[in-house]
This record gives sequence, C-alpha cells and structure tokens, in this order.
Amino acid sequence: MRRINLWLVAAVLVVAVLPLILPLPRGLAEPFTGADGQAQAAITAANPDYQPWFSPLWEPPSGEIESLLFALQAALGAGLLGYYLGLRRGESQRGRPDADRARRDALAVAARD
Amino acid sequence: MHIMEGFLPPVHAAAWGLASLPFLVMGARSVTRVTREHPRAKLLLASAGAFAFVLSALKIPSVTGSCSHPTGTGLGAILFGPSVMAVLGAIVLLFQALLLAHGGLTTLGANIFSMAIAGPWLVRTLGGPLSLAVFLAAGLADLATYLVTATQLALAFPDPVSGFLGALTKFGGIFALTQVPLAVIEGLLTVLVVNLLIQYSRDDLDELAFAPGVVR
Repeated sequence: MRRINLWLVAAVLVVAVLPLILPLPRGLAEPFTGADGQAQAAITAANPDYQPWFSPLWEPPSGEIESLLFALQAALGAGLLGYYLGLRRGESQRGRPDADRARRDALAVAARD
Repeated sequence: MHIMEGFLPPVHAAAWGLASLPFLVMGARSVTRVTREHPRAKLLLASAGAFAFVLSALKIPSVTGSCSHPTGTGLGAILFGPSVMAVLGAIVLLFQALLLAHGGLTTLGANIFSMAIAGPWLVRTLGGPLSLAVFLAAGLADLATYLVTATQLALAFPDPVSGFLGALTKFGGIFALTQVPLAVIEGLLTVLVVNLLIQYSRDDLDELAFAPGVVR
C-alpha cells in the first residue's frame, strides 16, 4: 500500500510539472495565466458593453497579500487533514494492546535472559 | 470555475442562487444527521472539507499553457454522499469570495452549483473496483464542475453569431481542456487519501459503512 501511495505522489508531480517542461502552445500572449481570468477576458471581449454590476466588497491590496491568503487557505486545509491522519494513525497503532503486550513480554524475557 | 463578482447578469445570478438553495438546505440537514448519527466521523467530515480547502487553493499549470485549480469536492461526496458537499463547498467559496476577491457574492449561487453540487452529485453514479471508482468519481466531478461553469457562462453570454453553442465551445475551450490534467491530479490525490483512510482510519470508514464498490 505504501509503495502504491509513493507512485501516486510521483504521478501527481509528473502531471503537474510536465506542462512547465513541454513547449508552450503557439500564439500564447502570456504563459500560465488563470482560466478564470481568461473567461472573464473572453466575456469582456465578446460583450464590450457589459458592465459588472457588483464589485468585491474587499480585495487583497497586493499580489503578496493575495498569495498570503491563498497560502493560508492551503495551510489550514493541509493542517487539519494532517492532524486527522496523524491522530488516526497513532490510534490505530495504540489500539493493538495484544501486539503491545507481546512486545513487552518479549522484551522482559530478553532482559531476564 | 470561479465566475467573477458581477460577471453574471442579475437574473442569471438570482436563478443559480435559487437553484442552489434546496441543495444547501438538504446539505445542512445531512451535516446535522451525520454529526448526530456518527459523532466519531465528525473529524473525518471536517477533513473532507479541509481537502477541498487545500485543493481549491492550488493553482496548477496545464498543458494548454494556462493555470487552473482542482475542486477537492469528490472525496467528501464519496465518503458521506454528495449533499454534505454543498455546505462544505459553499464555505470554501465564501472564504474565497470574501477574502480573496476570487469568485463573488453575486456569483456565489452559480459557483456553488458548479463546484459543490453538480460535481459531487455526479459521483453517485459510479461503481466498480475501489481505486478506479474513486479515481473516476473524483476526476469526473472535477471536470463536470468546469463544464457546468462553461455552460453557465454560455447561457449568460451567448455568442452574437453562433449563439449558445458557439459560446459553449469558447468557454469550454478555456475551462474544460485546461482541466483534464488537473482532473487526473485530483483523481490520483483522492485515491491517495482514500488509501490512507483504509490504512489508518478503518473504524471511521466502518462507522460510515464505507465499502469497496458502495455507491452513495
């Protein structure tokens, strides 16, 4: 199981990094812009009269603050997920009293001998 | 898949909000039921939300030369059924709308519908061997989200010449093609987390009567 998980991580890395290595599609004005932004630009290009009728109540004042908040979002999620898996891993190992007792007995026997 | 603030005409924004509302109510009731009937699985439910939090924060490059992000909503739908994800996904989208100016309050209904409803509900229809089922369910939920976003935009902004279908091709080209490698990534990561759950968290899965091939 552990080996499969390592392969899964490796495959994820390959799929994520490959676009950076492969040649870019031709006719690209700017590489690796966001798809959401591209859709917004396509709307404005096809409907020059459209005026957004509402604007965000608050916007991150700079790209740095924005990346801070994105990093915070990922950190909160990863932190909780890691806490959960760590907790359950600890429980699943502690939750085997027979195995613990067997190991203690074996140690005691080894010490006595 | 985030439709930016103010970028859906008021009628469309309201209609998608109304369409999402019953799913949100149903989702809130599912969350209450899960926490009452399976108190042990509460932390797993929060972790499914956390998974969506992480994945939707990661902008990943794609072979089309643009960037997009996975949704992370398949995992929770596989474990708890799709309805809880309406609530968990809405929390993620609200965080991004308020703090990141990513998506928006007026487009929240439409974004909830694509990411937290359409994607997760598709998961129900899949079965088969566990890893493959999980991979396909999570990956297809991810793709479906972006197809729904493209449809929403094509309905709101049909092409003056080629109409709805022309606009759908245009927005689909921006979203769906870019999303294919990301859907693969989301599928692989979801299989990874399910593997870890089977390894370390058997009790929680048993509590939820989760078994290979069970379709929720």
